[in-house]
Amino acid sequence: MKSKMISLPYLIWMLVFTIVPLGLVVFFAFTTPEGQFTLDNLTNAGQYISVLLRSIWLALIATAICLLIAYPLSYILSRMHVNRQRTFIMLVMLPMWINFLLRTYAWMTLLENNGLINRFFGLFGLGPFNLINTEGAVVLGMVYNYLPFMILPLYSILTKIDNSLIEAAQDLGAPSRKVFAKVVIPMSMPGITTGITMVFVPAISTFIISRMLGGGSNLLIGDLIDLQFLGNAYNPNLGAAISLVLMVLILLFMSIVNQFDDERTEGMLL
Amino acid sequence: MRRFLSLFLAFLCLFSFLPLTLGSAEIPVDDAGYYQKFKGQNVSINVYNWGEYMSVNDPDVLDVKKEFEALTGIQVNYSTFASNEELYAKMKSGAADYDIIIPSDYMIARMIEEDMIEPLDFSLIPNTKYIDEDFLNMDYDPDNAYSVPYTWGVVGIVYNRTMVDENDPIDSWEILWDEKYLGQILMFDNSRDAFAIAMKKLGYSLNTTDEKEIREATEELKKQKPVVQAYVMDEIFDKMGGGEAVFAPYYAGDALTMMSENEDLAFSIPKEGTNRFVDAICIPKGAKNREAAHMFINFLQEPQIALANCEYIGYSTPNTGAFALLDDETRNNPVAYPPADVLAKTESFKNLPKAANKLMDECWTQIKSVGAQVNPWMMPALLLGCIALSAAITIYRRIRRGRDGMF
Repeated sequence: MKSKMISLPYLIWMLVFTIVPLGLVVFFAFTTPEGQFTLDNLTNAGQYISVLLRSIWLALIATAICLLIAYPLSYILSRMHVNRQRTFIMLVMLPMWINFLLRTYAWMTLLENNGLINRFFGLFGLGPFNLINTEGAVVLGMVYNYLPFMILPLYSILTKIDNSLIEAAQDLGAPSRKVFAKVVIPMSMPGITTGITMVFVPAISTFIISRMLGGGSNLLIGDLIDLQFLGNAYNPNLGAAISLVLMVLILLFMSIVNQFDDERTEGMLL
Repeated sequence: MRRFLSLFLAFLCLFSFLPLTLGSAEIPVDDAGYYQKFKGQNVSINVYNWGEYMSVNDPDVLDVKKEFEALTGIQVNYSTFASNEELYAKMKSGAADYDIIIPSDYMIARMIEEDMIEPLDFSLIPNTKYIDEDFLNMDYDPDNAYSVPYTWGVVGIVYNRTMVDENDPIDSWEILWDEKYLGQILMFDNSRDAFAIAMKKLGYSLNTTDEKEIREATEELKKQKPVVQAYVMDEIFDKMGGGEAVFAPYYAGDALTMMSENEDLAFSIPKEGTNRFVDAICIPKGAKNREAAHMFINFLQEPQIALANCEYIGYSTPNTGAFALLDDETRNNPVAYPPADVLAKTESFKNLPKAANKLMDECWTQIKSVGAQVNPWMMPALLLGCIALSAAITIYRRIRRGRDGMF
């Protein structure tokens, strides 16, 4: 009973700021501006399927790259001396002290045709390469901004893996590749799933990265929602319908990802 | 720009000495008595304006907000928005509580139509006498009942002189479609301004509601997309300043700011005509302190204050009193104050009917996403599929967990 009382503030918070707004999104998605029931919003949202598919695609690529970069790094980190671990984790967190928008803006000046990267290549007579305003630049922005969200859960789960388990596997004659595949990866599964969720979800709904680095022509689903609310036509109902589709997609994605998270390891999750 | 600043500093120094001799009146106002009404009554007004659109919060220039507070005793809560649409969404949501808003022409028309702004009481704004007659009874507010013009300007092409072909005359919107400048052209990232350019290129009105003309403009913009480097708004400052692009259509006032920072930049107003925009001060419906808000509007039209704002923002002023105080160079600057024959070809935005707005936004998304035509039912089907799959997986896990539990 007592523990319930303690959770009361959060429950109220969640009710007012999560459940009710979610209900409103669903309500708006299925109504006309006059408040009548309609499916038109959803069917209209259908014409933007190509934008949606592109968002999923780019977010998936970004998530995969994040995982590929973060996993080895986190593993190496977790096997380091504690003091050095602290320093390195600080370094991972360091960019997050700077405002998200500013970091993305900085990439803009780096990638431009007269930007620092192209100027550097220019010294050797190369380029200029067309870096900005491409899908690649958008993915780069996602990876750069969300990488710490992948590293941190992976790192914290990997440090919890007892070294003696790895030694035991080695004692029993498993080659290092097998130790990695049968011991380290399964035990770090909760970290992987958390990391994937924490990167994929913001990546699929981002709009500022695609606007700044994608040059406004690589429209993502987040831009589309933004356009419904802050665009010329002001159509919150359509915006809500697209948001709903996005929400359901994320829900689906998370349940698939959780599938890999075997129940035996449950409870180890952060 | 720098010259203005030093001029300003000089003014400031001057005024900082005045209080010693003159008491509280720091800025010469027409009728100081008018501003005394709310003194000591703890009244406050909420002002909602564009970012960087009033001479405030900058120690180097005259602080309009502080001056008003000192003069009237009315406290000003100042906040800013980034676009007309943001302002509209906020007003529409009902969560807003503002006494003064400064939207642009077409948004004012829309808000009048939707009964979102209050008619003004011009007897409380004696300084209306300073407004240039050209700016009264504009299309967006034909009876001049709801708004007092604040700033104005035209849209034109900002270009980098060192990067264009000398033989190319930059006097037409056509240049923004020129394949010679592939990937070196920036374009507006908002539907209304982008469509206006396409309309003018085609020789149509920028307020057209004809579906055929909108579709034609859409095709124009689609044709333009391959040569466009990026669709941007304020990023233009950065990109044009750094020589990242050759052409960018933008607002004259901002062009002046860019030109003061990069000498290579120039500004041209295309011969097909262009958009003349006006941002005006309004009082939204439901404003709490209407009389104090009128006082603020009047204060903004004091020549000295209008001058301070005009010089801070860089946009042109409709206030004749402030115009007379400007230096000759600015007054004769064809970018800020284009000659009459150029102005004759300009057109202001009006509010479009809902259907036209919607069509334009749909076409705009189409232009930007270049998506192939797909079955409209695909989205609901996808949605249902996702829910079903998600549910199936959860049920499958339950069953498996139940089975595990038996052993």
